[in-house]
Amino acid sequence: MENNLIVSPSPHIHGGDSISKNMYGVIIALIPAFLVSLYYFGIGALVVTAVSVIACVGFEYLIQKFLFRQEPTLWDGSAILTGLLLAFNLPSNLPIWIILIGALAAIGIGKMSFGGLGNNIFNPALVGRVFLLISFPTQMTTWPVPGNFPLTYTDAETGATVLSLIKGGSHEFPTYTDMLLGNMGGSFGEVGAIALILGLIYMLVRRIISWHIPVSVIGTVVVFTGIMYAVDPYSYANPLVHLLSGGLLLGAIFMATDYVTSPLTKKGMLLYGVGIGLLTSVIRLFGSYPEGMSFAILIMNAFTPLINSYIKPKHFGGK
Amino acid sequence: MLFAIVSLGGIGAIGALFLYAASKKFEVYEDPRIADVQVVLPGVNCGGCGFPGCSAFGAACVNADTLDGLFCPVGGVKVMDQVASILGKEAGSAELTIAVVRCNGTCQARPRTNRYDGAKNCAVAAFLYGGETGCAYGCFGFGDCVNVCSFDAIHINPETNLPEVSEEKCTACGACTKACPKILIELRKKGPKGRRVYVSCMNKDKGGVARKACSNACIGCGKCVKECPFEAITLESNLAYIDPVKCRLCRKCVGVCPTGAIHEVNFPPKKEKPVVEVTEEINSN
Amino acid sequence: MLRTFRIGGIHPPENKLSAGKKITPLTLPKQVIIPLNQHIGAPAVPVVKKGDLVKTGTLLAKAGGFVSANIHSSVSGKVNKIDNALDASSFKRPAVYIDVEGDEWEDAIDRSEDYIKDCALSDKEIIARISEAGIVGLGGATFPIQVKLTPPPGNKAEILIINAVECEPYLTSDHSLMMEKGGQILTGVVLLMKAICVSRAVIGIENNKKDAISHFRQLAKQYQGIEIMPLKVQYPQGGEKQLIDAVIRRQVKSGALPISVGAVVQNVGTAYAVYEAVQKNKPLIERVVTVTGKAVSSPSNFLARIGTPISHLIEAAGGLPENTGKIIGGGPMMGKALISEEVPVTKGSSGVLILTKAESVRKPMYPCIRCGKCVNVCPMGLNPTFLMSLTELGDWPVAENNNIVDCIECGSCSYTCPSNRTLLDFIRLGKGKVIGIQRARKS
Repeated sequence: MENNLIVSPSPHIHGGDSISKNMYGVIIALIPAFLVSLYYFGIGALVVTAVSVIACVGFEYLIQKFLFRQEPTLWDGSAILTGLLLAFNLPSNLPIWIILIGALAAIGIGKMSFGGLGNNIFNPALVGRVFLLISFPTQMTTWPVPGNFPLTYTDAETGATVLSLIKGGSHEFPTYTDMLLGNMGGSFGEVGAIALILGLIYMLVRRIISWHIPVSVIGTVVVFTGIMYAVDPYSYANPLVHLLSGGLLLGAIFMATDYVTSPLTKKGMLLYGVGIGLLTSVIRLFGSYPEGMSFAILIMNAFTPLINSYIKPKHFGGK
Repeated sequence: MLFAIVSLGGIGAIGALFLYAASKKFEVYEDPRIADVQVVLPGVNCGGCGFPGCSAFGAACVNADTLDGLFCPVGGVKVMDQVASILGKEAGSAELTIAVVRCNGTCQARPRTNRYDGAKNCAVAAFLYGGETGCAYGCFGFGDCVNVCSFDAIHINPETNLPEVSEEKCTACGACTKACPKILIELRKKGPKGRRVYVSCMNKDKGGVARKACSNACIGCGKCVKECPFEAITLESNLAYIDPVKCRLCRKCVGVCPTGAIHEVNFPPKKEKPVVEVTEEINSN
Repeated sequence: MLRTFRIGGIHPPENKLSAGKKITPLTLPKQVIIPLNQHIGAPAVPVVKKGDLVKTGTLLAKAGGFVSANIHSSVSGKVNKIDNALDASSFKRPAVYIDVEGDEWEDAIDRSEDYIKDCALSDKEIIARISEAGIVGLGGATFPIQVKLTPPPGNKAEILIINAVECEPYLTSDHSLMMEKGGQILTGVVLLMKAICVSRAVIGIENNKKDAISHFRQLAKQYQGIEIMPLKVQYPQGGEKQLIDAVIRRQVKSGALPISVGAVVQNVGTAYAVYEAVQKNKPLIERVVTVTGKAVSSPSNFLARIGTPISHLIEAAGGLPENTGKIIGGGPMMGKALISEEVPVTKGSSGVLILTKAESVRKPMYPCIRCGKCVNVCPMGLNPTFLMSLTELGDWPVAENNNIVDCIECGSCSYTCPSNRTLLDFIRLGKGKVIGIQRARKS
């Protein structure tokens, strides 16, 4: 029996790519940004990340084991990644019970209610984040002031984000150097622009993602806010400020590029990216929320199936 | 206040008028009896009647002059009588049938000659090659038939790796017969008290080849053909087939079959030993 | 910048273990099994019967239709029986069994080593000889080539493209043939050019065979109108449509033949067979077969007679390794897994690949994460993950609209899928079903 030849249809070799390779690749790409936030937000960043990751993995395990009654897939990295991304979108002094609710919303509502990995329409981490943003607006928009590896968890001081400064009509922004390095208020994973771009380069080199989504999102935002800035430099902020502030880079590089919720084709990805860029700019400039990245991505996630069915890959030889 | 009432009421009235006009303009007339018939039909849309779903079958019943040839295998005679009484037509008669699996190449009987490692799907495997054993006609056991069954009536027995049909649950809708890429499943007359005799093999290889591949295979020896007093058995390309109409269930063929390829179902146990074993095995499953 | 085809493609590890190995003529086996259906199209009709004595090169079976090919005896001996035999398709199909006795050749065949360059035959005569010799496309598709050389009315060939790409990993049979029989191949190319009345031929060679490229560049100087084109290494460049796109930048439309863009594509092995058939009057009775695999003790290129059992080849390459999991007829991407090593070498066998147990077993399948990698690598610009779902659902009309029949079954999608999804398994099934529906509709 054991010496019987194995028979299967071709191809007989596999490239060796796997879900976990891709997921862990993204996780590695997030490390620089994590180190930056660890430096500025200290123990808070560590606690929020740990709680969020453990909660996401735990919820996924419990749901798979006891609701789906299937073999739990803990180590494919997708739940860890969801937990990380959720954490990166939270202030570093958020109460732990709120993080747990966010993780449950992300995994339970965002992912598992659609049938688990591969079936979700919306980016789970963003579902969790937006759920918390709407449910706990005060806690979610109270950011600690960046420090020098602070060791306290609940920080009394609160610092405004650049985008809320813009919304408030202020013109006093942190310096560009601070913004590049991450020395500003905000959800803790989104502050270090250079670190996030390092992650992007890593993922491009390893071909985990293609350039289409990040470039089209960022490009659209820069062009749109640039036009508005050119029209009225007093009311609208410089596109560079928009580029470096808020969740734009984190969203464009790590959230919008989520495989499951982004289009399949390159052309579709560009369209999707432009859509996210436009929606983000519109919400930032004209909406009541200071930041629109999460909403923009979630809205375009909903359009992904439509994009997939209308934008077909380029067929060999044409129609 | 008054303005609010008038304006809201006005909007409501305009909307109602619009809806009324639309429903009149785009109205599709449907014979109300179709709905009546549909109520008594099982509503599982299995397609066993040959129509795409219960509503199409209902329409066919209403439009047909007689109900001859129209039969809902799931609902059976009871449902067809109800349909007939609704429509005031004579119910056609149809014999009860059931799905039978014509392969008895169990794991012991059919030694594996290779190991399949492709997609676990009979159709995919059948597209690739003859199967994991020497028999190119036998069951793969990946359960395409199980997946299409809407009634939970067919399951793969892990011991034999063959599908087994549940007497109670099978409605003879025929979905499995179409799903099986080897055409192993036949809708056969259920028979009095569920008793039936059939050749549980589809192997058309020559006797020696067939036997080497599977010890339970029909080897086309023709003993059953000679034995049958009713000329119900025919032998074509090394494979015997029992005509369910001519067969009188005398079971003489079962006794003479050297490989046990002929199965009898739901008979009371006979005195002869080997046959009893076969019967019980099938009944208990 | 080297050319390649413009849509999709992958680059699997090349693993050309037997590269640079000389072609070794294989000893004759005791018995050969010559299937009657070694080509696409109708099976050949046997003209010998049990007990007949045949010589090497004797006609065994005549072409059974327009798209069919003659089959000749590859050995001398006695016809043992005509019976069903397991062939590489894993189905039992009719074959002629011949017990080998000596090695006596038909007198008409020129067995000398002399290289004959010139040919006075007309195009019609060349095609007649090719047809007589039962030559089929030796790249693996096994399409009878006299059909390809007679374009349907209204079409005119402009260019002959010779496929010397050998994009399948492991295989080196074409490579070794090119290194040893360069002059004969180029003469074969000239004959093919003459047969289809074109003045230009391009030989496409992937850039991982640098020695063959420089060798052919030297040789081609002596011939008119033959151009050597190095191509970027990219799988599946050996696909007919991909090669045409790479070489002349024209894409054959869905359902159309290469002749619609003025191209005729032939494999380099075919060109050699054409040389032998036309200049030496030798039918297609042997071919170069690579026997390879990481566990094989001496990966080699053999000149094997058609009908030789694969076990005989494996024996010559050092025997079947202990931990064999899979024996593949052909390359790892498009070859067929064999269920027995007694399967004979046929006209389409370019190699025998032996994979170890660890290499053979597929990894478990996970849900599609819609990463789009299969879409990006598909050389035909299809959406494999969508087509797989459609096949699972049995939605044939939508599958047809999404061009499932254009799939060339190259396997790039399954190769690249991070979830190890069995994309091609299902697409192949769906393609078969849709083609069946299309045929039924036509008739």
